[in-house]
Order: sequence, then C-alpha cells, then structure tokens
Amino acid sequence: MFSYILKRIAIAIPTLLVLIVISFVLMHAAPGGPFTAERELPPEVMANLNAKYGLDDPLWKQIGTYVWNIVSAFDFGPSFVYKDRTVNEIIAQGFPITLTYGLISFVLAVLVGVTLGVAAAIRHNSMLDYIAVGMSIGAQVLPNFVMAPILVLVFTLWLGWLPGGGWQGPEYWILPVIALSTSFMASIARITRSSMLEVLTSNHIRTARAKGLPERRVILRHALKPAMLPVISYLGPAFVAMITGSVVVDIYFSTGGIGKAFVDSALNRDYAVMMGVTILVGALTIFFNLVVDILYGWIDPKIRY
Amino acid sequence: MPLLQIKDLSVTFDGDDGTVHAVNNLSLSIDKGQTLGIVGESGSGKSQTAFSIMGLLAKNGRTDGSILFDGQEILGASTKVLNTLRARRIAMIFQDPMTSLNPYMRISEQMTEVLTLHNGMSKRDALTECTRMLDAVKIPAAKERIRLYPHEFSGGMRQRVMIAMSLLCKPDLLIADEPTTALDVTVQAQIMDLLSDLQREFGMATILITHDLGVVAGFCEQVLVMYGGRVMEQAPTDPLFAQPSHPYTRGLLAAVPRVDDDDAIMKSIPGNPPNMADPPEGCPFRPRCTFAGEDCRTMPPLALFAGDRARACRRPIEELTA
Repeated sequence: MFSYILKRIAIAIPTLLVLIVISFVLMHAAPGGPFTAERELPPEVMANLNAKYGLDDPLWKQIGTYVWNIVSAFDFGPSFVYKDRTVNEIIAQGFPITLTYGLISFVLAVLVGVTLGVAAAIRHNSMLDYIAVGMSIGAQVLPNFVMAPILVLVFTLWLGWLPGGGWQGPEYWILPVIALSTSFMASIARITRSSMLEVLTSNHIRTARAKGLPERRVILRHALKPAMLPVISYLGPAFVAMITGSVVVDIYFSTGGIGKAFVDSALNRDYAVMMGVTILVGALTIFFNLVVDILYGWIDPKIRY
Repeated sequence: MPLLQIKDLSVTFDGDDGTVHAVNNLSLSIDKGQTLGIVGESGSGKSQTAFSIMGLLAKNGRTDGSILFDGQEILGASTKVLNTLRARRIAMIFQDPMTSLNPYMRISEQMTEVLTLHNGMSKRDALTECTRMLDAVKIPAAKERIRLYPHEFSGGMRQRVMIAMSLLCKPDLLIADEPTTALDVTVQAQIMDLLSDLQREFGMATILITHDLGVVAGFCEQVLVMYGGRVMEQAPTDPLFAQPSHPYTRGLLAAVPRVDDDDAIMKSIPGNPPNMADPPEGCPFRPRCTFAGEDCRTMPPLALFAGDRARACRRPIEELTA
C-alpha cells in the first residue's frame, strides 16, 4: 500500500510537467499578452517589460526557468498585473478561503446527499422517494449563478438574516456553502439512490435477509459499502469541480477566494497567476484521484495494491 | 402436527406485461427431520415457493393461502416476526454461491453475525463456533480461511461456507434452492454427500429444490413434481421412480440421459414450458402432453391413491404405462 502511494506520487511528477508544458504553450499561443492594452505602449517600453519578465526568451527557455524556479525555490513567480504581489502570495491568500467553504460544502453535500439517497432507496416509490428525487432534479437544474442571487435576495435583502457578501466570520460562510453545495448534494443523492437500489436487489442482500438480520443492519453493514463505490468515484472529480466552480461564489459573495483570481488572471493575461492556479488545480485533481483509489481499495477487497 | 404446512399457496407478480402466476394452489407438508424434493423445470414455481416460506419474495409479489410453520402462520408475517425464525429455525442456501455471499465482508464477519445476533454469543465464542462449523463442512485450514473474503474461495468452497452458515443455529428446516446447479459435476456430488451427511447428523427437515432427478433420488424421501406453478405429482421417492403416475414425470424421467443407451439422440419433452403471464387453460402441461384430451381443459384435482401418493391427472395410470 505504502509503495503504491509512493509510486502514484512518482507518476504525478511527469503528469504535472506535461500539464505545465501544455498550459504554457497554449497560453502563449493565444494572441495578445499581459501588457497588451487599449492604448498601444511605445515599443521600447514593451521591450523593457518583456525583458524584465523574461518574455523575450524562447518559449522552451521560459518553461525551463519557470519549472526550475518552482523546483528549486517553490517560487511561482511575480504576478504580471499586480506589481508588488507574487503568485505564492495570491494563492496563499485566496486558497484557504476557497478551501474553507469548499470543504464545508463537500462534507455537507456528502452527508446530506448520501442520507437522502439511502432514505429514498429504502422507501422506493414512496412519497419520500418522490420528494427526494424531485428536489434533486430541481437542485441540479438550478445553476449556482441563479441560486446565488436568489439566496442574497431572500436571506439578505428580504429577511436580513445573513450577510450577502464578505468574509469576516462563520455567518459569512453560510450562503456561499449553500450556493456551492446544493447541486453536488443533489447529484450525490441521485447516485446513492440508484446504486443503493441496485445493491438491494443483489443476491448477497437476499442472503443477509435470510439470515434474519434486522433491516437496519442489512442496509448499514451489508448494502452501504458496495452502494458507496459509484459515489466515491464521483467525489474525486466533484471536489475539484467545487474548487474550480467557486468562481461564481467568489464573485457573488465577494469572498476573496481563489476562483476570482483564476478568472481575473485569464482575463488579464496574468500568465504567472494562471499557471499557478492551473498547477494547483492539477495537483488537487491528482491528489483526489489517489484518495478515491485508496478508498476503493479499502471498500472492495478484490482491489489490492 | 407437521413442521411446515403449506395450504393453497398462490404467488403472483404484477409486471408490465400483466400478472404472472408463479405458483397456483400449492399445498405440501413436511414433518420434522423429513426430506422433501421439489422437482421441476425452470419457471415451474419451485424457487418462488421457497422464497414465500422465507418471506423473501420480490416486492411486487403477492401471495394467497397459508403457510404454517410449527403451527404459526408465517405467510405475510412482518419482517420482525420472520426474523425470529430466519436462520434460527428456517435456513436457506441459494443457487449461486458466487454471488450469495457478501463480497465486501470477511467470511468471519458474515458468519459470526448470525450467532452474535441470534444466540447472543460473544464475538470470540462465535468465531470459535463458526470455525468448528467450517471444519464440519470440510473446509481445510478453516481457522485461517475464515479470515478470507469470498472471492478467495472456489465455487464449491463458497457453497460449503453457505451451508456452514445456514446450519449455525441448528435450524429445524433447511431449504436448499438448487444448491449444486452452479457447480461442476464432481463438486456437485461432494456437496450433495456433505448435505446428506449433515442432514443425518443434525436431523433437520430439508426441502431440496432441484431440476436434477438424480440428486433427488439420492437425497429425498418424498418428491413433489411441479409444473406451471402447480403440483403434478407427489410420492415417496422409490415408487415415483419405479412407476411415475403423471405424463410430465414420465417425460422428465425419460429425458434423463442413460450411459447404456446406444441412441445418440437426447430425449426431451416436445414444446416449451408455459408462459405464466398467460397460462394455458386447465392443466398447464396439456399443450405438451401426448395423453391430453378435452377433459384436461379443467385442472384435474390432486387425488390421493395407493395410500401415500397423489397425482393431478385424469388418465388412468395403466393407460400411461401402456
């Protein structure tokens, strides 16, 4: 198991390198650059700027320098747009915020989603089942950029219960968490429900019932584990989608998370920030896929690393 | 009082293509320690009868009639009531050992939970008892193997585990639903020998469901032949094989391949089993029966004869053997 994890980490390094090269090339292939402005800069100024940020070097040398700085000093470079800030600073400031409401949303989505899905499966074709399925579909078709302003309208403007923006304490977390978690909750509930329904018809569940086990034990001890397999494979990508999907939340609730920095950097051609966030998301994706695979091995004894 | 008495059991399933009549007016009884074989083709209602006893029918299944176990009505009983009987007094082993054990739990967990739950044993005592039971079903190195997962066992070994698990609480009735169908022929014989030994040792009544007449001949005292959800014939094993009293039983026996038969063609009963969503009028075997007449359009009653035999056919036995 330990050697398997080491091996996966070893594979992650070339994966990230490929990610860096492709993103770098694509970024530079797009027309324009960080210093393209509506008002044309004098060529001398442009040349100076390009020289300062190393943009006049050939692309392979730029990539080489970039990777070397990361490997040798964990330095992701200075922002091209905010003169006095480094990428490390921007990520260090935004990422903890995103991670905070991201993790809360994630845990909430899993707890509520799985509970709802299991309950709906047990009471298949009952009122509870219909309500759960109906709500899931509703929550899934309601995108968070529609959800967020509605939440602000109701809870901030009409009821005045919760702040509509900012990041100063736990009461500021509630609306972003609801906006971010609802659709994931709905997906998890639907996946749990259908996989639980399938597991409940399997032969080994019939055996468990024939053994006279109380239904609670049949569900929790015998059915839940296999029913969780499709949910877990959904969770890895879902967590990353939550981090990247935080853009809307950051913009609507002015939380100051990393999502805003990602979008701004793309719009401003802030090459360094764009690369930094891309690598962060890439690393997270690799990490969560590893977590999913480890969880899989823990649940299914047929998978051994 | 018989241990188990089924009276006029009917099982129907409401599906998209109408109602399927899986079991029709089935009656049977079995005494303590008795062995009964239920024989029939696929879809004859054997397994659904067994599931009705255990209360394990699919959700869309509806039942009618009565099943008395030790004098207690258990047809349509709540899960709570059934759970006081399952494993403790009635146990079941299933057709497919490859999927009947939980692939995500160790054998030890799956077995010990039966004892800790029903007998209130401590985990450690339960483990000792389960290991002893695995020894009894001749699983080598049971002490180590009990820690394994089902996929680490072969099909035959898994069925041994299932048998061991079903006997943990020393049930009064064991229902074995085609326990050897999914296994190799050589393993089949081993499992049947094992079941036979255990049945004698524990003295539990056993219902053996199978389509294999050879298996029945070696194991059961009584045989019940089912077709189209109905009982065609019931008799003690020896007379049934010596003188089958129903055209369907005769057809089944004739279809058993014989080594000493020079004829290379396998004998079969012409036609197909009836579609139970739209069963034939009267006797379900009528469309395939060479002796059928107009009077077979109403179902003949199951009539007693020769003291301890019963048959549901209007043709005299002499006519069939001629």
